Amino acid sequence: MALSKSNISVGDQHSEQVVDNLTRTQIIQYAGASGDYNPLHTDEIFTTQIAGYPTVFAHGMLSMGLTGKMLTNYVGDGRLTKYGVRFVAQVWPGDSLTATATVEDIREEDGVSLVDLAVSTVNQDGAEVVKGSATARIDG
Amino acid sequence: MATDRFPVEQGHIMLFARSVGDENPIYHDPDAAAETEPGHVIPPPTFVQASAQFTDGYSLRPVTGQAWFGSGKEPTGVKRESSGGGGGTGFHAEQHYEYHAPIQPGDVLKAVDKPGKSWTREGRRGGSLSFNESITEYYNQDGVLVVTARSVGVQTSRVVE
Repeated sequence: MALSKSNISVGDQHSEQVVDNLTRTQIIQYAGASGDYNPLHTDEIFTTQIAGYPTVFAHGMLSMGLTGKMLTNYVGDGRLTKYGVRFVAQVWPGDSLTATATVEDIREEDGVSLVDLAVSTVNQDGAEVVKGSATARIDG
Repeated sequence: MATDRFPVEQGHIMLFARSVGDENPIYHDPDAAAETEPGHVIPPPTFVQASAQFTDGYSLRPVTGQAWFGSGKEPTGVKRESSGGGGGTGFHAEQHYEYHAPIQPGDVLKAVDKPGKSWTREGRRGGSLSFNESITEYYNQDGVLVVTARSVGVQTSRVVE
């Protein structure tokens, strides 16, 4: 069900856990689907011995994609007009992420009703990993 | 990244949606998708990133017969330059999308790069940081602009802890 001006208010929040105990296999799935085969995300030997990290870590775009699931579940299919994020911190295997959208503004532009959302995704320790914003069409 | 021909395929959309843990039927079930507002299978909002699969010479895809920097017999297949080391790494810092028109299986997109800005600043953890912005416009087979993507990459001078 799409959002409408009558059923949302500034300050409303929608949260979802978008991954529980992120696996290395899911990171590999993302590499295969997206085409980003950077070994920092999938190759433990390269990442620890050459790059100097404690283990592989998720693509920023996987965090953005996981967060996007929360957004499309909230605003409805095909409703997003903008979605942007900053990658604030790395996401590691074993992390569990919770994504939240907060209604910042409800407005009209060229006769279209829109909602502006603040977007934030945190890990199991409450540390923010993705911070951004989105805009979606809503029913008038 | 500029890509001459990015064919949007239903199976690819399904695999991409699975990889971000999204089981919404609109990404894999044409019958269910027909009952939705868009009326057809659509890709998840970050799907155009997968145009990398179709970008000639994309540096993060191994090429048969060429050395690859990931591990094989050795921890890396490419020896680092001895100068300028220090373990710095390139990262994706920001990604922004604007959605202009729907995308569906069967579309053939063309990605065109536009000039972006570059800037540097001192980081708290990674030494100096060099930022590079790139803007990519995705057009469909009818020449309609469907998505504008703006990506910011950052190069650190040290390993980020």
